[in-house]
Amino acid sequence: MSAFNAIGEERDIDRNEFTPGIEPQPTWCPGCGDFGVLKALKQALPEVGLTPEEVLTVTGIGCSGKLNSYLDTYGFHTIHGRSLPVARAAKLANDGLEVIAAGGDGDGYGIGGNHFMHTARENHDMTYIVFNNEVFGLTKGQTSPTSPKGHKSKTTPHGNAKSPIRPLSLALTSGATYIARTAAVNPNQAKEIIKEAIEHDGFAHIDFLTQCPTWNKDARQYVPYIDVQESDDYDFDVTNRQEAQEMMFETENQLYEGTVLTGRYFVDERPSYQEQKKELGEMPEEPLAERYFDEDAEWERSYDLLERHK
Amino acid sequence: MSNHELIWRIAGGSGDGIDSTSQNFAKALMRSGLDVFTHRHYPSRIRGGHTYVEIRAAGHEVQSRGDGYNCLLALGDSFARNPQEEAYYGNEEIKPLSENLDDLREGGLIVYDSGLLSEEDVAELDLEERAAENDWHVFPIDLRSMAKEHGREVMRNTAGVGVTAALLEMDLEHIEDLMEDAMPEKILEPNLTILHEAYDMVTEEYAFEHDLRIPEGNHDEAQALLSGSNAIAYGAIDAGCRFIAGYPMTPWTDVFTIMSQNLPDMGGISEQVEDEIAAAALAVGASHAGVKAMSGSSGGGFALMSEPLGLAEMTETPIVLLESMRAGPSTGMPTKPEQGDLEFTLYTSQGDSARVVFAPGNIEEAYEQTRLAFHVAYEYQIPTIIMYDQKLSGENTNVPVSFLDREPAPSLGSVVTEADLEDMPHDETGKFHRFQHDVDNNVSPRSLPGQKGGRYLATGNEHTPSGHISEDADNRVAQMERRVEKLEDIRAELDEEHDSNQTYVGDELADFGIITWGSSQGAVFEAVERLNDDGHAVKAVSVSDMMPFPEAEMTEFLESVDQAMVVEMNATAQFRGLIQKELGRYGEKLTSLLKYNGNPFEPAEIVEGYELNSDGSDADPSAQVRIEPAAGD
Repeated sequence: MSAFNAIGEERDIDRNEFTPGIEPQPTWCPGCGDFGVLKALKQALPEVGLTPEEVLTVTGIGCSGKLNSYLDTYGFHTIHGRSLPVARAAKLANDGLEVIAAGGDGDGYGIGGNHFMHTARENHDMTYIVFNNEVFGLTKGQTSPTSPKGHKSKTTPHGNAKSPIRPLSLALTSGATYIARTAAVNPNQAKEIIKEAIEHDGFAHIDFLTQCPTWNKDARQYVPYIDVQESDDYDFDVTNRQEAQEMMFETENQLYEGTVLTGRYFVDERPSYQEQKKELGEMPEEPLAERYFDEDAEWERSYDLLERHK
Repeated sequence: MSNHELIWRIAGGSGDGIDSTSQNFAKALMRSGLDVFTHRHYPSRIRGGHTYVEIRAAGHEVQSRGDGYNCLLALGDSFARNPQEEAYYGNEEIKPLSENLDDLREGGLIVYDSGLLSEEDVAELDLEERAAENDWHVFPIDLRSMAKEHGREVMRNTAGVGVTAALLEMDLEHIEDLMEDAMPEKILEPNLTILHEAYDMVTEEYAFEHDLRIPEGNHDEAQALLSGSNAIAYGAIDAGCRFIAGYPMTPWTDVFTIMSQNLPDMGGISEQVEDEIAAAALAVGASHAGVKAMSGSSGGGFALMSEPLGLAEMTETPIVLLESMRAGPSTGMPTKPEQGDLEFTLYTSQGDSARVVFAPGNIEEAYEQTRLAFHVAYEYQIPTIIMYDQKLSGENTNVPVSFLDREPAPSLGSVVTEADLEDMPHDETGKFHRFQHDVDNNVSPRSLPGQKGGRYLATGNEHTPSGHISEDADNRVAQMERRVEKLEDIRAELDEEHDSNQTYVGDELADFGIITWGSSQGAVFEAVERLNDDGHAVKAVSVSDMMPFPEAEMTEFLESVDQAMVVEMNATAQFRGLIQKELGRYGEKLTSLLKYNGNPFEPAEIVEGYELNSDGSDADPSAQVRIEPAAGD
C-alpha cells in the first residue's frame, strides 16, 4: 500500500483546484508575463490528469520564484539558481511525483547555469520552465544573461558589451530531450507545450518569454509571434538535431531583431536519467520514499559488511 | 600494561603500494591478537612524492599514533621526479629514507631497498654515524632484485614485508591469508614466493642484534579494522540513510566512495553531481521528498554548501552534512589534517544559525555520533553536521565486531502519515499547517509531497504556518524563536536521554585539566595516562558537542580545575574561543596548545605542553607547536 495516495489518483479535476482558495494577491506587476505562465499551468495540469498533491513545483528566486505561491500544489521555493538540484533529487527520491521546476533567466542561465547544463545532460524526467524576460526584474531592471547586446541599465550605463546567451542551443548541446519556446502572450500554445513537456519522459526545457512591463519597456511584448510549426516560412524536423540546431540559432538571432519565433524545436527519445539509473541497478524500482513507510522493509546493516574488515 | 609496542612505518612514493601493503599488514597484526592504530601521511599527487603509513601495534589498547616509531621499511620513491641540479623539491627518491630518520626511536630498525636507493645517495645521510649514536640496526637489502626475479618490480613492497616480518620474528600465516584474500591468482603466486624468499633469506643470513620483536596479544572476540570514514558511512547506513550526493574532494571522498559502493546494493541512491552547491541542494530535495539523505565535503567544498545549508535551516529540512576538514585556508594542504574549520562550520550561511554540530573524537564515536546525527536531524528537522578531519578519516583501528551488531534505525522522525493529516490543522484553503507556532519541542511535524491532504509551500523566505511568504512581525518572531529554540530542546534530550558525547579520562581530583575536541582526543588521552603514571594529577575531557554546546558539563569541568589547557590543531584557538563565548568566563583559566604544521599531535608534545604550562615557563616548546597564554597574561 502506498504512503502517497495523491500519486496516480484517478478522479475529475477542476482547474480551480490549482488556485489557492484565498489566493494571495500576486506581487507581479499588472501586465506581467508571469500571469501567462500561471494561467497556462493551471490549464495544462488538469488536462494531463494531475491533481495538486501529486505535483511538486520547485522554484528559484525572483518574480518567477513566486509561481508556487499562487499555484496550489506541493511547493518548494528554494534559493537563487538552485531549483534544479532540489527538484531532481525530489524526483529521484519519489519518482511518482510530477516535478516542475521554474525560475527566471538570471536564475536558470546565469547563477544556475551549471545546474541547467548538468540537469539537461543527465536528462532527468522533469519539466523546467524558464521565465525569460531578458532582464533582472525583481532587483529593478539590471542586465541579465538574455539581455540584448547594448542593453542599458543601472549596471551597464554605457550598454551591455556581452552577447546574450542562447538558451535553446544551450539546452540542445547540454542534452535536453524536449526543447520549446513559447510566450505569455500566446496562452494556447503555452498550455499545449506545457502539456507536452510534462508528458515527455526526460528533461523538458521551456524557454518562456514573459514580458516585463516595468523594466523592459522597449515594447518587448513578444507580439506578433510566429509559431514555427504553423508558419509556412519554416520547415524543419524537430527530431533532427542538425535541423533543430539551425532553427534554434535563427530563432535566437531573430528575437533581437524583432521577430518572435516560438514552438517546438527538439524532441528526442533518449531514455530518462531515472530509466538509465534503474537499468544499471543504481536506483530502486519502487520509489525510495515508500520504503520508509513499509513496516515489513528489511533494512541492511553495516554488520553484514564486516567480512572485508576482519 | 606492557610498554612493548611496534610502530612500523612503511615509506615510499605514491604509487608504490604503501596503502594496500599497510592495510594488509595492519590486519595481519590485528589477527595475531594485537590492537592496532594507523596513521597516513601522503602528498596531493597521483604518482611519486614521499608517503608513509605508520601502524602502531601492541598487546594493549592503542589510541593514537604514539611518539615516533621503531621500525622503518623505506622502499624509496620509484616514481620520483628526476632532480635537476639544485631542484627545489630535492632528491625525492631518497626521501622515504632520509625524511624518516628524525622520528626513529633509539634501538630502531631500518630496512631500505638498496636496489633502488644508490650507495652514493645513502652515503650523504651519515647513516652509519647516526645509527651508531642511536643504536639503530640498518639492513640495506636489494628488494627490487628480489621482486624482479620472481615477479614484478612493484612487488618489492611484499619483499619488504617479508624482511621486516623476519626481523620481528613474526609468523607469516596471517600475512599469507590476507594476500590470498586480496590478490588474484596471477599475482598471488609470485607475491607468496617473494614473501618467503625475503623471510628465509633474512632469517638465514643475518645475525639479529636488535631487541625489537613482534608484541604478543590476544583478543576476546573477533575484531574488525575500521577507518573513521568507514565508521561514519556505516553509522549512516545503519541510521537508514539511502541517499548521498557529493563531489569529490580530499578527504571527504573516502566516505562518499564507501557510500557509493554500498548504497545501490541496499536499494539506495548515490549521486555524483556538478558541484557542492548542487550536492547539498540534492540532499535537501531528497529529504524534502521523504528519504534520509546526506551530503558533505571538505573545507572549500563545504563553503559552497553554505547556501543550501541555510535553506535547510529555514525550511526545517532534515539533512546530515559532513565537514571533513583539511589544512586551510583556501586549498591549503589538501592531504594534511587540521581543525581550522570550527568557526566556519558553526556559523557559515547568512542569518542566525540553527544547526547541530558533532565532532567525534575516535572511530567508535564517529559511528555513534553519525547515527545520532540522523536521529537529531530527522526528529528535530534541523541540519546536523559531523565535522572531522583528514586524520580521523584515514586512520584505522580495530573494534570488536559486536560493536556493530546493532539494530537499524530508519525512522523518518517527525513526519506525518496521510491518516495523521486528517486530524491536523489546515488553513481554510486546505493547506497543511506544516510550520505551526506552538508545538511540542518546537517541532512542527512535516508532510511529504504526494501525501493526500499535506500540501504546503516550503520556502527560504520567512513564512506563515502554511508556508506562505510573510514579513509579518509577530509571525517572524514566533518562527525565528521556534527554530533557534529547538537547540535547547536538543540539548535537553542529549543531556537527559543519551550517554554524554563528551569523554573524560584521568584523575578526577586533578587541578589541571586538558580540553580537546575531535580527532586530537587519542594523543591527549595517551598523554594524560602517561602524566598520571608519572605521578602528575591531570584529567582531560574530549568534547564532541560543538552545537548545542554542553554548557553544564563544561562548566562543571572548568569549575573543578585551576587551570585548563585547550589542545587543538589550528592557529587561532577556535575551540577555546567557543568555550569563552558559550560560558562567558574562564578566560583567565584557559591556555592553548596549538599545532598547525600539517601533522597531528603526538602524545609527547602534549606532555611537554603540560609541563611548560604547569611550570609557568616561558620556554619555547621543542616541537612545532605553539602555546597561547591565558587572557590577560
